[in-house]
Amino acid sequence: MKTCLTAIISSLMIFSPMAYADKWSDQFPHIKATGDIPGDCSYEKMSKKNYKGKTLKINTHAIPVMGEPTALHAEQFEKLTGAKVEVTHTPAGDLYSKAMVPFQAGQAPYDVVFGFSNFINDWKRYLAPVPKKYMNSPEMKDVTKSHMGVSSWDGTMYQYPVDGDRHYLKYRKDVIDNPEMQKKYKADTGKELKVPTTWKEYGEMAKYFNGWDWDGDGEKEYGSAEVMKKDDLMFAAFFSRSVAYAKNPRTPGGFFFDLETMKPNINNPGFVEALTDWVEATKYVPPGGTNFGLGDEIGSFGGGQTLFSFSWDDAFIAAMQDDSPIKNKVGAAPLPGANKVWNRVSNSWENQYNQAPYIVWGWAVGVAKKSKVKDMAFDYLCFFSNGANHQADLAIGRFGVNPFKNSDFDPNIYINSMGWDPEIANSYTKTLLDMEKSNNRVFPLRVPGVFEFTSAVATGTSKALAGQLSPQEALDEVAKEWEAIVSRVGKKAVQDAYAVGVKMEDNKL
Amino acid sequence: MNFKHKYFFLFPGLFVLIGILIFPIIFVVRLSLSGWNSYNPGLDYIGLENYIRLFTDDPRFWESFFRLSFLSVTTVILQYVIGFALAHMVWKDIKFKRFFRVLFLVPMMTTPVIMTVIWRTFFHESLGPVNDILSVFGVAPKWLTDPVIAKFTVIIVEVWQWTPFMFLLLLAGLLSLPKEPFLAAAIDGASPVRKFIYVTFPLMAPISIGAIIIRLIEASKIMDTVYVLTSGGPGTSTETSSFYIFIKGLREFQMGYAASMSFTYLIIMIISLTIIAKVLTKVLLKE
Repeated sequence: MKTCLTAIISSLMIFSPMAYADKWSDQFPHIKATGDIPGDCSYEKMSKKNYKGKTLKINTHAIPVMGEPTALHAEQFEKLTGAKVEVTHTPAGDLYSKAMVPFQAGQAPYDVVFGFSNFINDWKRYLAPVPKKYMNSPEMKDVTKSHMGVSSWDGTMYQYPVDGDRHYLKYRKDVIDNPEMQKKYKADTGKELKVPTTWKEYGEMAKYFNGWDWDGDGEKEYGSAEVMKKDDLMFAAFFSRSVAYAKNPRTPGGFFFDLETMKPNINNPGFVEALTDWVEATKYVPPGGTNFGLGDEIGSFGGGQTLFSFSWDDAFIAAMQDDSPIKNKVGAAPLPGANKVWNRVSNSWENQYNQAPYIVWGWAVGVAKKSKVKDMAFDYLCFFSNGANHQADLAIGRFGVNPFKNSDFDPNIYINSMGWDPEIANSYTKTLLDMEKSNNRVFPLRVPGVFEFTSAVATGTSKALAGQLSPQEALDEVAKEWEAIVSRVGKKAVQDAYAVGVKMEDNKL
Repeated sequence: MNFKHKYFFLFPGLFVLIGILIFPIIFVVRLSLSGWNSYNPGLDYIGLENYIRLFTDDPRFWESFFRLSFLSVTTVILQYVIGFALAHMVWKDIKFKRFFRVLFLVPMMTTPVIMTVIWRTFFHESLGPVNDILSVFGVAPKWLTDPVIAKFTVIIVEVWQWTPFMFLLLLAGLLSLPKEPFLAAAIDGASPVRKFIYVTFPLMAPISIGAIIIRLIEASKIMDTVYVLTSGGPGTSTETSSFYIFIKGLREFQMGYAASMSFTYLIIMIISLTIIAKVLTKVLLKE
């Protein structure tokens, strides 16, 4: 009986996925937490492909965010398949043009191009649709509905899902939940110290905790780390602050524009209020904080320098890494809201609480239509986001890979594989899931010439942050520029594309 | 004898000239008359629309141009003064002359973008060593986040990077000066200051004009320092013409409009540098 049992256990070990897991994780320590996970593009499956003598050229973001996992998985892919993979790293602001210049010239110097998912409208005519065999894979079936929509246009998927982004609030749990701090804050301000639910509360707490050593590490800490550097995705940070004041669930038909008239909403009092708050925020960021790009924000909050931060998951994941000084001392919560919201139809403030999640989508990647190695390119992308790689990437904040599969919202992944405190893991997954369920979401623009619109926002808001213009003047300037862009691009072209996003925001898709 | 075959030898040079200079300029002019952008790629013809927009509806271009003028003139003046001082120092017989000559050239040999990243780290206001040291004296300038100070930060980095170029040209000039005027001045008992004012400086005038013009041409293209250090910020306070053209062309993909800005900028630079060269010649050479 004993011999029989041993034989069964042995054969189970040999033929079970865990047996492969041991084998592959020995060779590729990146997946040591899970080992190989069976799937269409697992390590096991990829090792059976032979791309010897073929070269795959990839243009991706600078290291670390997305650039590091691209390079890492390229190296693994080379080892498994015999392919040669050349990876070019490009700053975020240049990803669009680095692909567009050759696209428009009819060339394909890169087989795989990384960018942001809101490039889809401009890029789609140059990208190869994702083939059916990948669309039907179990991994793809696990992608959330909203991220399938994000990667597709008119039902055709052009961008291979590798990341899922949204902005939310990160805070120092060890301070906000600390009874002594709560007492001190109450005594000094007369207010409760709690997770802020409005941007005004956020500002008050950030200001209070700015410029003194509140965690006893001998260094000064500050209120908030935010992406404020011009042209470094700052427009997304501004929209995160704007949604509370300007996304009114009772006025469907467009957050950025009035869909019917295509008149920009960007300079209405809701957005102006948000920019006024943001200008105030320059007083509670760390020294040099108004020049923080995304990498600085991740390093600042993730390194324990600030009480709050809001933007993508990366800063939160960085804070929860094993090497972080604040592991299990941070919390996740929805973006703060506001006690009033602008009604653009009645042209007045509604004095009631409003909160709106900002689904920022995220990193996107496509295969050039003119690539001569499309099969290999799609295999690489499928391998990039296979179960084992995806789970390992999720655990490394600087990688910029965030949940986009339904299975990612299981708190046990973070508790068991990453050593997160269960309460934190639960609040994290709940925060993300609630955003998926919300009926008051805002999605970024996906219209032709999107970079012109976001660049105008970056210029205008950075002028306000630098004190060159008042918030109203800055946003009036942005609105004027937006009107000019709509006129240059063609009202109908922008309107038609914007209508798709509005449908999603109005929960009609 | 028939020497017509000699023209064949001109063809390689001519092809290169056409390929790298004439064709790009013609293409830029043609591009500037088109509406090429991200959603409408192609050389359609829209007449002078881009130029009309530039001259009537784009104050940001002109602001960036005047900012560039301030930055380039200031950096070149500083580079000239410091470069001349250093060249003058190692021109004399001092100890470790060769060592200093090489040392002063080191910044120029480094890669500008990498050095700017290092400077950005130095000037980082919460993590950089500069403010760490200055905090001992109770000051912590906002090197990259104050609209006025950020301009001077750009100037510091530019001066550090390119003074060696000025130093090299001026040292070469000093080494080529004739010895007789200096001997005559020494026999007349001229002090070092008078010798510099009445002998060295006038003799160096033609070289100085050349060096200043070369550096002004280079400085007017300032882009990498701004790109890495401040991204043109805070606000638009360090945005220069070339950075603005880059934003419009390669960020926003308004190729046609960026081409019209580039061509206008080229014309302005040709005219202004010609005037500057004339003025310098008149003042320094007293022609």
